[in-house]
Amino acid sequence: MILTALNRKLVRDLLGMKGQVLAIALVMASGIATFILSAATLDSLEGTMNAYYDAHRFADVFARLKRAPRSVAERLGEIPGVSEAATRVVVDVNLDVEGLAEPGSGRLISVPEHREPRVNGFYLRAGRFIEPGRRGEVLVNEAFAKAHGLHPGDTVRAIINGRRDTLRIVGIALSPEYVYQIRPGDILPDDKRFGVFWMSERELAPAYDMEGAFNDVSLVLMPGANEAEVIRRLDDLLAPYGGLGAFGRADHPSHQFVLNELRELRGMTVIAPTIFLLVAAFLLNVVLTRLITTQREQIAALKAFGYSNGQVGRHYLLMVLVIAVIGAALGTGLGAWMGRGLAEMYTRFFHFPILEFSLHPRVVVLAVGISVGSGVLGTLSAVRTAGRLPPAEAMRPEPPADFRPTILERLGLQRLVSPAARTILRELERRPIKAAISVFGIAMAAAILVVGSFMKDAIDCVLELQFGRAQRQALTVTLNEPGHGRALREMEHLSGVLAAEPFRAIPARLRSGHRHRLVAVTALREDAQLFRIMDLNGRVIAPEGDGLYLSAKLGELLGVRAGDRVTMEVLEGERPVAEIEVARLIDDFAGLSAYMRLGAAHRLMREEGRVSGAYLAVDQAQISRLYTDLKNRPAVAGVAIKTATIESFNAIIAENLLRIRLSNIIFATIIAFGVVYNSARISLAERSRELATLRVIGFTRGEVSAILLGELAVLTLLAVPLGLALGYTLSAAVILSVDTELFRIPLVVDRSTYGFAAVVVFVAALISGLIVRRRIDHLDLIEVLKSRA
Amino acid sequence: MATTTSPVSSPDEHRICVFQARGITKVYHVGEVDVHALRGVDLDLFEGEFLVLLGPSGSGKSTLLNILGGLDVPTSGTVRYQDHDLTRYDEAALTRYRREHVGFVFQFYNLIPSLTARENVALVTDISRDPMDPVEALRLVGLGERLDHFPSQLSGGEQQRVAIARAVAKRPQVLLCDEPTGALDVHTGIVVLEAIERVNRELGTATAVITHNAVIASIADRVVSLSDGRIASERRNESKMPARRLEW
Ligand SMILES: Nc1ncnc2c1ncn2[C@@H]1O[C@H](COP(=O)(O)OP(=O)(O)O)[C@@H](O)[C@H]1O
Ligand SMILES: [Mg+2]
Repeated sequence: MILTALNRKLVRDLLGMKGQVLAIALVMASGIATFILSAATLDSLEGTMNAYYDAHRFADVFARLKRAPRSVAERLGEIPGVSEAATRVVVDVNLDVEGLAEPGSGRLISVPEHREPRVNGFYLRAGRFIEPGRRGEVLVNEAFAKAHGLHPGDTVRAIINGRRDTLRIVGIALSPEYVYQIRPGDILPDDKRFGVFWMSERELAPAYDMEGAFNDVSLVLMPGANEAEVIRRLDDLLAPYGGLGAFGRADHPSHQFVLNELRELRGMTVIAPTIFLLVAAFLLNVVLTRLITTQREQIAALKAFGYSNGQVGRHYLLMVLVIAVIGAALGTGLGAWMGRGLAEMYTRFFHFPILEFSLHPRVVVLAVGISVGSGVLGTLSAVRTAGRLPPAEAMRPEPPADFRPTILERLGLQRLVSPAARTILRELERRPIKAAISVFGIAMAAAILVVGSFMKDAIDCVLELQFGRAQRQALTVTLNEPGHGRALREMEHLSGVLAAEPFRAIPARLRSGHRHRLVAVTALREDAQLFRIMDLNGRVIAPEGDGLYLSAKLGELLGVRAGDRVTMEVLEGERPVAEIEVARLIDDFAGLSAYMRLGAAHRLMREEGRVSGAYLAVDQAQISRLYTDLKNRPAVAGVAIKTATIESFNAIIAENLLRIRLSNIIFATIIAFGVVYNSARISLAERSRELATLRVIGFTRGEVSAILLGELAVLTLLAVPLGLALGYTLSAAVILSVDTELFRIPLVVDRSTYGFAAVVVFVAALISGLIVRRRIDHLDLIEVLKSRA
Repeated sequence: MATTTSPVSSPDEHRICVFQARGITKVYHVGEVDVHALRGVDLDLFEGEFLVLLGPSGSGKSTLLNILGGLDVPTSGTVRYQDHDLTRYDEAALTRYRREHVGFVFQFYNLIPSLTARENVALVTDISRDPMDPVEALRLVGLGERLDHFPSQLSGGEQQRVAIARAVAKRPQVLLCDEPTGALDVHTGIVVLEAIERVNRELGTATAVITHNAVIASIADRVVSLSDGRIASERRNESKMPARRLEW
């Protein structure tokens, strides 16, 4: 029989404190929702990614090179561990797209006709494959097509090997190589200005003198193959052909980004739910302990009638279970709903053909298990107390609380404070643990608000440093081939260019012991003013001497510090190998960067005055002419526009951040409200008799409320600074978890963020206070005095 | 137990003894001090008997009743219930004992405020073997019309009668009442006592009622007076007075 009298009691008790039950269930739901949200999104992303990679044979090892004859291709397959080798011609070109003033960048990838390539294939969203013999047919990647509203049948103009050519789009495709579609060297995707095109090999190869040759290798490995060894052998094999260093999936730009996102999601499945569930468990503990104290005599009666300790304990445990299940159900619903939203966001962010949101029963079961588990753990001691309460003793009323004079009174200062303040102080002093727990709970809410919001401060700070102070150029122009000083002077003289600063980018492998990394070493003039090396603290670092300046993260990965030496194996030109000292490690925010002085680079490369491109300061009034000029320059491989980068950053990251911030605010408000409201309700329950007595002897409602609400105010005032400090600490922990090869974030928390967190907590406290105040106003004086408890 | 002698001689010897308590002491340790709540009490309760335990506040009445009812255990001494030695019972056995054999009524009713009168009774019938219907039990105490009222909607006397219905619904062998009228005025107190009287008479339940009000003693078969943890006196009422004729 389910509806026993005891279960009816349970239902009615829960209904009797529905406000508190709801508050706790909502806190739990917040934890469960974040858990479901991130776990399900993680599952969905991982599942989608793996299925996509498998279906279209995403390669395991990649390498680019200058040019190798087809005969070399056969030897690729002979590397032990390689199950399939594919070679292609890949070239980067300038695009002239209608509606885009500035030049865009295109990457042309050769493919067989008629079909999808066997390795690094693509998913054909619309249109058809390339047909033999038809000139200029291409497939375009979906993101670029969407950004420009391109459909099969439309055309795009490209500068192919110096000649303006028309590409006719016959199909729209997505590739596992471009799940996260980013132009080489960029840190953020820019779908408008970077497009990937697949073109018939028979057409692309001759245009670049690549007939019977290739400049790009992809290897699929056999299960259990030794990737490092394959990479080593591949490098050896390709070195004579200008190999630019092979790398595995882990260093593949697109895959690396996806992995990074997965890692962050995985972190989210642990950190946020833990905080929420801890708070929920703590609330449950407080509420249940209080309930059991109030129901001492009911418990005694139950036992007197022959209910066993176990039955009584189970009765209270069941209450916890009901609350936990409500929380889990709400949280699961909310998490699934938000997860769908997040999945949609990811579909836009990552270019998967489909991102199916899947909520495994396993995840739901786990969520319910976690919420029930945390609820039970939080209340086990209270439930035990109920179970063990000796019936005869419980029948006796609780001894009067043991009040002592407060410190204030012992110091003889009681005259300084009002009687209400004295009551508050006494209560706080009498039960410091209870007060401390409440303070901690409220502080947690403030902390979550800080953690949830500081990311924006940090990123604003990074943007300001990166784009406001470090990179002051408007455009970065990259040349097809490193050119001589003449190229730079030419650029300087383009109309609209105010200043030009050269840079030399040298592809290289940095090696220290058995650790190594592929990087592009950027060489800058020591007096560079447009592009400056800057650390997270905004310090400008001018390259000196012959040493290397490395991202601290890169130094960490290589296991080197300033003063150590690394081997730099250049992967271009004469491929010199040199031992170079690490001049300095730089705490920077993105990527793995390596810099050196331009003069030192020239000496190392045994070349004179060669540059890979230039940073330009421009006159915005003449910008469109400058764009046209640049578009028509065959030597120009790409133009990166700072404002465009910032724009795309704002469009993508800002939106995500905003969304995450919003959900953080909602959750934190729930926590703040849950804690404050519960503390207030419990104080009210514990002291309603005392308060009613005060009312009876002539205190006004306001005076009586002041006692209770004053206590709440004191707790909140103590909690907020603590919470802000806690928030700062948690933010530091979050920063550690974001500390990846791709991004680092400085620990920056604006005053406005602290202010915002404090205000939200105060408002939650105020609302809770008002609700409790209403209850105090409606205190049934007779009823309270009549009952004994 | 053949060697022990009954403290009250004659007519009881052939009657069946429900409780037989011998040498009961109870010491509470409160901080540094020992409180001797009971200092060696011998007491019998017979089948169908109506016993009143009289004594001033703090004399150990509740302590004794709680020990008889298996809510508490004595520091020393033995309590036999029928053929069983309660002092050897563990926690679980005591719970079973209370569940199956004992009905309690307390001074402050101890109803579950979130349950109606009927549900408060059902709380007990849910876990007993051969209970009455809760409605029947409530009728027995004259509350057949207030079945679905919550405790807060009932007067003190009505609440106490619900408590009696709850205590007797399981058809207990003994009914133990601790100051059942302590919180009630004369009139309602009498109504409550009448209900107890009726249960004792109609169901034949051995009944022990605690009171510090000497007037109530006249409705008992036998009156035992406690003082300072000891039995001070004991007397048998030659004729019981019906509760409705009490005055105080
Ligand atoms: N749990 C307890 N802890 C300490 N002292 C107790 C406890 N229960 C009862 N006492 C003491 O034992 C004595 C007898 O109490 P009690 O049996 O309640 O008396 P009565 O019911 O006759 O008023 C009293 O002095 C009381 O203070
Ligand atoms: Mg008593």
